[in-house]
Amino acid sequence: MKSLVCLKQVPDTETQIKVNAEGTGIVTDGIKYVINPYDEFSVEEALRLKEKFKAGEVVILTIGPDRVTEAIRTALAMGADRGIHINEESLNQADPLAIAQALAAAAKQGDYDVIFCGHRAIDDDFGEAGAMLAELLQLPQVTLVTKVEVAPDKKSAIVERDVEGGKETVEVPLPCVLTSQKGLNEPRYASLPGIMKAKKKPIDKKAAADLGIAADPGLQTRSYSMPPERKAGKKVENMEPADAAKSVVQLLRSEAKVI
Amino acid sequence: MSKVMIYGEIKGGKIKKTAFELASQGRKLADALGAELGAVLVGPGAEQFAPDLAKYGVDTVFVIEAPELQTYNSEYYAQALAHVIGLKKPEIFLISHSMQGKDLAPRTAAKLGVSTIADCVSFELDGSTLVGKRPMYAGKCFSQWVSLGSPQMASARPNVLETAENPKAGTVEKVAFTTDTNRSTYTTKDLNLDTSGKVDLTEAEIIVSGGRGMGGNDYTLLEEMASIFGSNATVGASRAAVDAGWRPHSDQVGQTGKTVTPNLYVACGISGSIQHLAGMGSSKVIVAINKDPEAPIFTKADYGIVGDLFKVVPEFNKELKALLAE
Repeated sequence: MKSLVCLKQVPDTETQIKVNAEGTGIVTDGIKYVINPYDEFSVEEALRLKEKFKAGEVVILTIGPDRVTEAIRTALAMGADRGIHINEESLNQADPLAIAQALAAAAKQGDYDVIFCGHRAIDDDFGEAGAMLAELLQLPQVTLVTKVEVAPDKKSAIVERDVEGGKETVEVPLPCVLTSQKGLNEPRYASLPGIMKAKKKPIDKKAAADLGIAADPGLQTRSYSMPPERKAGKKVENMEPADAAKSVVQLLRSEAKVI
Repeated sequence: MSKVMIYGEIKGGKIKKTAFELASQGRKLADALGAELGAVLVGPGAEQFAPDLAKYGVDTVFVIEAPELQTYNSEYYAQALAHVIGLKKPEIFLISHSMQGKDLAPRTAAKLGVSTIADCVSFELDGSTLVGKRPMYAGKCFSQWVSLGSPQMASARPNVLETAENPKAGTVEKVAFTTDTNRSTYTTKDLNLDTSGKVDLTEAEIIVSGGRGMGGNDYTLLEEMASIFGSNATVGASRAAVDAGWRPHSDQVGQTGKTVTPNLYVACGISGSIQHLAGMGSSKVIVAINKDPEAPIFTKADYGIVGDLFKVVPEFNKELKALLAE
């Protein structure tokens, strides 16, 4: 099994996001970056496929500035074999289609059975790159995947995905693009030997010219803003449960008018 | 000419409320642009929903029926949408950021060579340019976006845009379409849907959510509250409850779960981590029940009850039942 895992480095979920004074973006000082949680599921699933078939390769593909090397090294420490780093200034704020075009160009240079993406990145929350990548490569997509069973002949897979109000089981021919959802697996931690080995694993650096792509902007931001401030409302303390419940239920009707 | 076009999602043989939300929004945009509003319905038998769309302001309903479109399939549905968009050339195309929309919009957009302004919570026009406002970092901040592509494609968060009846003709136009079955795609083997009629978290009007304070997987009290509220209410959970294995992953509210915007969010035994607050902070009204008076959830709650949820919630349910029975 040869898998390509598209991975994004994002601010840790603990991050307090602040919009900069000009309203053109967020304040990036002091942000701690991690692998997008959904991409960790992808790395784990790709590793399990390689282990199951006792052959193959797990390749990490990422786009971003110098700092994303750390995310690639983490994935390599988990057990991935090598990395591809597209370090291209024009792509750092790119829209989903431009990102998908860059990923597609890099994916075409390999020969992969499965391409994994997270179903969305928890920073910009677009959730488009995976399906777009599939379309650009003319491959089938299965999104929001929670279970993958690749057939012994590696020609197809039975995949379970989240749909509104339930689960859908599909049979998909390989190669294909899968987007990972929570519930797919429990990602492993990097072991100490894994971390040592990762330092020697190759990371191939690429620029837009190497991939023959030009990042034409498709979307533009106008401004950033903070959400409206929510103030603490009425807090009922030191009251009998029945009285407290009664007063809040009444307020939900008379004051908040939501019931 | 339908300069503004929307996609009307059909699920389980019914047209979804999001279709009316998009039609109402589309009507406003079309009126401001002096344009017609079109809608696309996909699938055999889809034509029957044209009058529903007409009620919410749709001038022309484009219907695509092909046997391969009986069951939703990302590739075939994207082909159908790209076909009608290519044919009718709308300047603005709106779709829902529903579970299906998240799968369908980007594939359709890639076929058209555009990106989608995804998960918008409001729209405005700057001249003829669509400006979509959308949350980022699960709602920790917002940003306004415009599309440089054609069409300007955007998806809207379900349950946020308001519906407004505005009857129009809703003339049906059947669009000839042949599915390209040479394109590789998946086959649906089994569709295991919850038949209880439970509404999805992202589309629920009321969410009753439980966290670490639930102490285990018995959510009976919360299920009971949701059922008293009615069919538009559902039960959610915090990450702590999901990671403990008490609730399924699909119930998780927060930055690594679902971002929700119900009219009412009742947080029971949830302390309110930054990730959870991001995921539910845009709810219209928040009620928190927690025994820790210092829990961060109280800083966001419109109504807070400091107390043991196992004592408060049964009383809450009793009061609620009595009030709603009136």
